[in-house]
Amino acid sequence: MAVQVAETLRERQERVAAGGELADLWRRLRRNRAAIVGVVIVVVFVLLAVLAPALVPFSPIHGDLNDRLQPPSVTHWLGTDELGRDLLSRILFGARISLEIQLVSVVLALIVGVALGSVGGYLGGYVDNVIMRCMDVLLAFPTIFLALAIIAALGTGLYNLMLAAGIASVPQFARIVRASILSLKEREFVEAARALGGGSNRIMFRHLLPNCLAPIIVQSTLRMATVLLTASGLSFLGLGVQPPTPEWGAMLSNARSYLIVAPHVATIPGLAIMVVVVGFNLFGDGLRDTLDPRLRQ
Amino acid sequence: MLRFILHRIFMLGPVLFGVTLVSFSLLHLVPGDPAEILAGQEATKEDVDRIRVEYGLDKPLAVQYVRFLVNAAQGDLGISIQSRHPVRELLFQRLIFTLQLSLASILVASAIGLLAGIVSSTRQYSVFDNASMLGALFGISMPIFWLGLLLILVFAVKLQWLPSGGTGGLRYLILPAIALGSASAAVIARMTRASMLEVTRQDYIRTARATGYRESVVIFRHALKNAMIPVVTVFGLEFGTMLGGAVLTETVFALPGIGRLLVEGIFMRDYPVVQGAMMAVATTFVLVNLLTDVAYAFFDPRIRYE
Repeated sequence: MAVQVAETLRERQERVAAGGELADLWRRLRRNRAAIVGVVIVVVFVLLAVLAPALVPFSPIHGDLNDRLQPPSVTHWLGTDELGRDLLSRILFGARISLEIQLVSVVLALIVGVALGSVGGYLGGYVDNVIMRCMDVLLAFPTIFLALAIIAALGTGLYNLMLAAGIASVPQFARIVRASILSLKEREFVEAARALGGGSNRIMFRHLLPNCLAPIIVQSTLRMATVLLTASGLSFLGLGVQPPTPEWGAMLSNARSYLIVAPHVATIPGLAIMVVVVGFNLFGDGLRDTLDPRLRQ
Repeated sequence: MLRFILHRIFMLGPVLFGVTLVSFSLLHLVPGDPAEILAGQEATKEDVDRIRVEYGLDKPLAVQYVRFLVNAAQGDLGISIQSRHPVRELLFQRLIFTLQLSLASILVASAIGLLAGIVSSTRQYSVFDNASMLGALFGISMPIFWLGLLLILVFAVKLQWLPSGGTGGLRYLILPAIALGSASAAVIARMTRASMLEVTRQDYIRTARATGYRESVVIFRHALKNAMIPVVTVFGLEFGTMLGGAVLTETVFALPGIGRLLVEGIFMRDYPVVQGAMMAVATTFVLVNLLTDVAYAFFDPRIRYE
């Protein structure tokens, strides 16, 4: 065991000397072609979402009823919807809305989930039992049902949608962080920190949580995909983002009535959702393979 | 085995208690007076006061919860604000459609997922393997409601092979089952492939091949049984995913299931229906997970003795 630790430390020092942890991570990630495809998709998605106001050729909210349900053309690259609004502009602004929903929901879930999981994992006993039983109760509801229950209580709209998707994702973060804390808290470096007089807060924030970053990052990336599917599903049902705000799921819901006469109105938003979800899944899988210490050895 | 089952049933207690607590809390989280909500928008002040006393809403929350629990245990989930029918009746009528859909979807997912996973594992890195894993990636990434619309467009509108929605026999279940089962098929395919690859690298498989058994015997008699153990747990988890996905599938294909009942209840602010649907779905999911745990212990005796 001592020999293994010494070799790992030496390897780590060499890697850090060669260009830092992040550079090493990127070097290993680059070898995974599927992960690179995922990174490209995610980066393009984020750029389009951020730059949407500068990129859109037409208003995403106002349209010309004389141009309803037009197929893709030189003027309207992706065609128009049932109210004559440019579909490309709505897709780009929809990317902005989707990214906002994903970020807020995942950050909310991360903060609450990490807090609960780390407290439960570190303290153990009665506290851990209560927290994990609460998580079991949340997990007893299928994700979209839990989100629907929260929407039922709080009402529809963008912010309640973010809250619903975030709360529905808390158990996954709590479980992963708890599992990591349980495996780390009996390690020698924690014992050493305790022997040197480190309090619980210091041990948690300086030693345990930084070593839990890898699974948290992987889970965050994968949850971005799940949250997008959940949020677009709720908007499709009419219980998420309300019109005229361009959200991909809501756009699909409106397009149902025009499936026969203008299939592009239903096809394009769904394709956008699928491509972005594929991107986050590939990126998350790649990160998991890269950050897994067993695969690293 | 009996002790294992009893232990699992005992562990369900706190979870089911929590499920009833979450469902009960729903009405009280909604802004406004619960009595006014239950009485409906056209109720008079006398109606609201009567509802308040009838439902025990003038009592402390703890007393209200105990009454809710006792009623739920007896099957009384209240009266629908909209239809004035017992919620229990509405749930029974709708649950059958959702269970039919979920069962059909599990069959579709199992057939496609297991087959793709087994063939992929025996032909690792082949064209079929790469294609099926790519298909699995798209399967888990594709929104169910979008896939449903595409299936309607192709098979109901363009080809006119199948109906676009509604009920009336097995034909009406085919497209919804494919839409709902595709994501689970992808998960099952990936899990089966990974599990089979791990099992076929074991020494006893090498021994079976060295003994001279045909490859099909090695795979189906020796490898598959052990590879199925982790896959069984996935079935249970995927059933929960299907219950959730049923909400969207029933909306796309106009099926009168419990998912659609829940969505209608939310739109109509029919909270007894929402509470009842939440409890029914969560309880079903918890019981399916119990069956999955028992099946897992049945296939893997090591679990029983841990």
